[in-house]
Amino acid sequence: MGNTSIKNIYKSSYLSRNLWSGFLFGVGIVAFLDETLFHQLLHWHHFYDQSTTNVGLVSDGFFHAFSWFATIGGLFLFADLRRREGLWLRRWWGGILLGAGVFQLYDGLIQHKLMRLHQIRYVDNVLAYDFVWNGIAVIMIIIGAVILRNTRKSAEGEGGA
Amino acid sequence: MSHHSDHMLSDGAVLWSQVILSLPFILAALGYAAALYRSKRKNKKWSFYRTLLWFTGVLCAVISVAGPLAQWAHTNFTAHMAGHLLLGMLAPLLMVFAAPLTLLFRALPINYAKKVTKLLRSRFVNVLMDPFTASMLNVGGLWVLYSTSLYALMHEYLVLHIFVHVHVFLAGYLFTASMIYVDPVSHRRRYTYRAVILTAALAFHGILSKYIYSHPPAGVPSRQAEAGGKLMYYGGDAVDLVLIFFLCMHWYHAARPRSVERGRETCQTV
Repeated sequence: MGNTSIKNIYKSSYLSRNLWSGFLFGVGIVAFLDETLFHQLLHWHHFYDQSTTNVGLVSDGFFHAFSWFATIGGLFLFADLRRREGLWLRRWWGGILLGAGVFQLYDGLIQHKLMRLHQIRYVDNVLAYDFVWNGIAVIMIIIGAVILRNTRKSAEGEGGA
Repeated sequence: MSHHSDHMLSDGAVLWSQVILSLPFILAALGYAAALYRSKRKNKKWSFYRTLLWFTGVLCAVISVAGPLAQWAHTNFTAHMAGHLLLGMLAPLLMVFAAPLTLLFRALPINYAKKVTKLLRSRFVNVLMDPFTASMLNVGGLWVLYSTSLYALMHEYLVLHIFVHVHVFLAGYLFTASMIYVDPVSHRRRYTYRAVILTAALAFHGILSKYIYSHPPAGVPSRQAEAGGKLMYYGGDAVDLVLIFFLCMHWYHAARPRSVERGRETCQTV
């Protein structure tokens, strides 16, 4: 057995950990960009909107707290994968795109529209912003899911061979 | 605020509250110094950083209960919130990391140390040190303070003012100590449990901040409530970032692979 095949066994035994480390970090990245870029730098998002529903406040509170934990927890999982030599960067990136896309879509559809937490920007044609926002989210989910499917298949292929 | 002055605490009462509230912290500083002196006499080493953390923590607490900020907090909600962040979050964080119980055990004679251990192992402390109880006392207490008339009453009655401030510090300390184990803990809770409760506590802290932003406590002008709510939201984030980081780091160390452990001569810690 060569060195590479040992590494491959490590890789495939940490399939889900690679996914979750990326997923959590992806959620964290989106939340962080949302806060720094859209709240603090551009001032497009508002801290509080008069039409915010109570369930929107609760949802925002939980997702804000979770994303804080996810950023740090995801990075510690990354460090854990590295010390176990089980890091599979491609699969990790797939996890990031899936996590980022899922959270952005939840934020864009459920929190912005359904719970009316706040809008992306307070302009007349907010629909265009919504379209771009959620479109990017869907694209990230699709690319992430494809990467995750391919990496799983290649791991299974190696296992069978 | 002059139109409030007839309901508010008199200048004398405010001074008294500042003296009474800063006294325990001055004693805490002296006690730590005394314990440090005794432990040094036994030739036991103690980290300079822990000592620094304790005194910085005490300073944060004193700044929030006595002096110009405490004075301003009687009439300005944003100043009040700044004080509460110092008293209920930053001071406890710094003081927990100063490991006061560990130092106490080094300084105390064996028979006294055993008594303290017995107290720490009691059912009462065990219940208090559960992250859920600690979070209810901490964040739950804040909900009671800001969503009822307690906040307004606190500025009328000296006893309430002192009680609320003592509670904010103790609950903040208990909360921090129940999440991050620096000092010895008799019944350790699982990392997943602590992580879930910490996230929920942080969530309810954030929700309360936005609630204050939109529903100012009685007698608080909306501008001050908005600034205070934002300060609470982001200040809480900053301190919780540190809590989450250390919880994850301890978790990371506890979950180290066995094969690495076998290679080293590490004893198993329980």
